[in-house]
Amino acid sequence: MNKNKIQIIIDGKKIECEKGKTILEVAIENGIEIPALCYHSDLKVNASCRMCLVEIKGIKGMQTSCSTKAEHKMDVVTNSLEIRKARKTNLELIFAQHREECNDCICKFNCNLLKLAKSYKVDIAKFFDRKTNYSVHKFGPALVFDSSKCIDCRNCVEVCKKQGVGFLEIKEKDGFFQVVPSKDKNKDCVYCGQCAVHCPVGAFEAVGEFEDIERCFEEKDKLLIFQFAPAIRTSIGEEFGLPYGSIVTEQLVAGIKKLGAHKVFDVSVGADFTTVEEANELMEKIENKATPCFSSCCPSWVKFIEFYYPEFIPHLATTRSPQVIMGGLIKTFWAEKENIDPKKIIVVSIMPCTAKKYEIQKKELEVDGLKPVDYVLTTRELAYLFKKWKIDLKNIKPEKQDNPLGIPSGAGVIYGATGGVMESALRTACAKTQKSGRLKIEFKDVRGSDGVKTALIKINNKEIKVAVVNGLGNAKKVLEELKKNPKLYDAVEVMACPGGCVGGGGQPVPVDAKIRQKRAQALYQIDSKKEIRLAHENPVVKEVYKDFFVSKKIIHKICHTKYSRKKREVEIPKD
Amino acid sequence: MGRGGAGFPTYLKWEAVNKEKADKKYIVCNGSEGEPNVFKDGFILENYPEKLIQGIEIALETIGNSSAYIYLKKDYYKKFKKLLEKLIGNLPITLFEKTGGYIAGEETAVLESIEGRRPEPRIKPPFPTESGLWGYPTLINNIETFYSVAKIADNEYKNTRFYSIGGDVKNKGVYELSENLTIKEILEKTHNYPLFDFFVQKGGGASGEILLSNELDQMVKGVGAIIIFNKAKTDLFVLMETWADFFMKGNCDKCVPCREGLFRIAEMIKKKEIDEKVMEEIFFVLEKTSFCALGRGAVVPFRSLINKLMS
Repeated sequence: MNKNKIQIIIDGKKIECEKGKTILEVAIENGIEIPALCYHSDLKVNASCRMCLVEIKGIKGMQTSCSTKAEHKMDVVTNSLEIRKARKTNLELIFAQHREECNDCICKFNCNLLKLAKSYKVDIAKFFDRKTNYSVHKFGPALVFDSSKCIDCRNCVEVCKKQGVGFLEIKEKDGFFQVVPSKDKNKDCVYCGQCAVHCPVGAFEAVGEFEDIERCFEEKDKLLIFQFAPAIRTSIGEEFGLPYGSIVTEQLVAGIKKLGAHKVFDVSVGADFTTVEEANELMEKIENKATPCFSSCCPSWVKFIEFYYPEFIPHLATTRSPQVIMGGLIKTFWAEKENIDPKKIIVVSIMPCTAKKYEIQKKELEVDGLKPVDYVLTTRELAYLFKKWKIDLKNIKPEKQDNPLGIPSGAGVIYGATGGVMESALRTACAKTQKSGRLKIEFKDVRGSDGVKTALIKINNKEIKVAVVNGLGNAKKVLEELKKNPKLYDAVEVMACPGGCVGGGGQPVPVDAKIRQKRAQALYQIDSKKEIRLAHENPVVKEVYKDFFVSKKIIHKICHTKYSRKKREVEIPKD
Repeated sequence: MGRGGAGFPTYLKWEAVNKEKADKKYIVCNGSEGEPNVFKDGFILENYPEKLIQGIEIALETIGNSSAYIYLKKDYYKKFKKLLEKLIGNLPITLFEKTGGYIAGEETAVLESIEGRRPEPRIKPPFPTESGLWGYPTLINNIETFYSVAKIADNEYKNTRFYSIGGDVKNKGVYELSENLTIKEILEKTHNYPLFDFFVQKGGGASGEILLSNELDQMVKGVGAIIIFNKAKTDLFVLMETWADFFMKGNCDKCVPCREGLFRIAEMIKKKEIDEKVMEEIFFVLEKTSFCALGRGAVVPFRSLINKLMS
C-alpha cells in the first residue's frame, strides 16, 4: 500500500484513503452520507453544529467527523441509536433558533434542514423560535441578511474575512454572541454574496429574492429584452437536476422565451466589446508607462477599490462591464436599427452575481438619461421563475439566441471563469499587434483555480507581466504587494468570487471547488468549439465599430465610466 | 494530579511538552478562576505568591527555551499585579489580564485570549502540549498546581490541597487540608458541619455536583470547593436560575447544544415548568456532543439537583 494511504472502515465498509483527511471528507468522497450543516469545504472546520457525529471503536462517546482525522485501521460507525438520538435533539435545537421562512427562502427547493427533519422525525416546532424578533439587515441594493434565520455557524463571517472584507462580525448582543454587520464606518459590504452561497440555511439572499422577481413583467407597454451572463449557461442546469457543468445555453434561451421575453441576447457579446476596449486600455497604459491596468468588469472588485483602496482608482480600466455595455447597445444601436423608442425597452440581466444589482443603479452609467439595465435577476432567481411556471430545462426544446446581439465569440464565453477576461484581452491584444507567425489563442497559464496566477506574455515585442487574481482576499494581498512595488505587474484581472463568476454569489447552491471547476471547464469547452474565438473578430463587434461607434464620444458614452472614492453605503445599524 | 479541576496528571503534561521539538515553548499559569464561590487560587495569590512564582520558575528551568504567562481574572490582575511583578523580577514571565467570561478560562480559550482573539475553545487535537500558544508547545497548569510543584521541590508537600468553603456556613474561607479527607471530615474539621437540614454542592459553584447530607463520605475531587445550602432557606428554582444564567453568560455560544440547550434549560427553569423528558434530551446532547468541557460539565448540577431534590 502507498505510504500516503491508509485504510479505514466506515459502517463495515473497508475504504482506502489519503492520510490527513477527516472522517467526514473520506465519507463524502465515498458517497457515505453524514449530515453536516456548518461544514463547508471552502472554509476552516467549525465543528459547531454537532450533527456530523460518529462513533469510533475503542474511543468513548461520539466524535464530530468534520474535526476528527481518519487514522489507519479506524473503525467508524455513522449511524446508531445513540447517534440518531443526539442528532435529533441537536436538530430540534437548531430549528428552535431558525425562523422558518420556507416559502420565500433561497433553499426552498433544496433545504438541508427540512430534509434532515424528515429523516430524523424532528418536531420542528418543539420550541418557540428564539430569534423571532431578530433584525433583518439590508446591504445596499444587493443583499439581505435575515438574522432570525441564522443558526450561528459563522460560515458567513469566515468567508467575509477570507474575502478580505470583514464586514460581518461576531458581537455580543442580548447575551448571545451573534453575527452582525460591522458598525465601523471604515468597513463596508462589497456585495459579492459569498455569504449567501456559504450559508447552510438561507439567512442571506439577494435583494428581492424571491418576492420581487416578477416586477419586470409588470411593466406595461414595454418591450422585454433579456440577456444572460456567460457563467449562467453552465450552472443553471443544476437547479433542474442536471450534472454539474451541463451546458444548457439554448435550453436557457427557450425557457426565457417562454417567460415572455421579446428577445434573448447574450451578455458574452457585451464581453466581446469589453475585451476590445480593455485591450486598448491595457496597450495605452503600457505605452504611457501607467501600468498596472486592472480589470473592471467585477462590481465587487470595483467597489473594493473605491472603498478600501481608492489610491488605486487610476489603475482601474474605465471600460464598463459586459452587461452594461450590452444594455447601452440595446437601447441605442439595436433600438435605432429596429426603430424602437429606447424608453420602451426594458433590459433584464440574468447574472451569477448579487453585486450586479448594485452596479445597475449607478447614475454615471446612464446612457441618454436611461439606465442601460433595468433589472438584474440572479441565476437562482431565474431558476425559481422557471420552476414556478413549470418550465423544466431538462425537457425543453432548445432555441438559439437572437441576432445580432446573441452570438458571442469564444472569448466572450470564458469571461465566466477566473482568468477568462485576461485571456480574452490577451488574445485580442496579441492578434492586433502581431505581424506574422502563428497566433496564440489559448493562454493556459492564466486558467485554473489558484489564488494568484502569473505569466509573462509577449505583446508587440514587449514582455508584459500579468496576474490573475481569484477571490478578493487574494486581491488584497496583491494590492499590498503593488503598494510596495508598483511595477510588479502590468495587467491584473481580479474576480471577487472564488473561481470567478462561476462561483458567484448569485449562483445555485451548494457550491464548492469541484462544482466551480466543472462549471468553468464547460465554459472552456464551449470556447474550444467556437469558430470565432477572438472578441474583435465577432461580426457584430466589427459592425458596431464600423457603423455605430463613429466617434470617441459615442464609444465613451456606451463603453466607459468613471470611479470615485466611496464612503460607507450600508446604513450603520442603530442598536 | 493537576489542580485545575479536570484532574489531569501533571507529569504527563510536563513530559509531553518536554519531548516536543521546537525552537521555543510556552508555559501558561491559568489563574482565571471563574466558578462562583471558588476562591482558592485567589487565596494562594494573596498568601503564597512566592511559591507560585517558584513553581513557574521550576517549569521554566525544566522546559528548555521557554517563557511564561500568568493569566489572571480581572480582579486578581488588578489586585496582585504589582506584587507579582516585584516577585517576577527578571524572570521571563508576563502577566496577562483575562478577556471574556467563564469560557475564557478553558485552557485553549486561554490561548486564544492571549493571542488576541475572542476566547473560544480550540479543536483538540492538537493539544496545547503539542501546538499551543502561537503554535508552540505549551504547558498550561492551574495556579494551585504550580504552588504544589514548588512545595514538592522544597520537600514540603504533604498531600494537601486547598478547599474553598462557602455558602451557609459559619467559617467561610480557604483551608489547606489533606486531599484524602471526605467532605464530611472537612466540614467537621473546619467546624462548618451544619446543624440544620442541608445539601452540598461540591467542585464549583456552577458546575459542581449536588450531594445530600448522607452522601458526604466521599472526597471532593475536581475543583476544591464545597458550598453548603440550607434546605429550608434555598429556593431551588432560583438556585438553578443562577447556574443557568451563569453558564449562558459565560459560554462562547459556538456549539449548538451549549448555546441552544442551555437557553432552553433556562427557559424551563424560569417558567418553573420542567419537562423532564425534554430536560433529559438536552442533558444528553450537552453531555455527549458539546464542543468543550463547559457544556459537558453544565449538566452535572442540574441533573443532580433535579434527581435528588425535586423528584
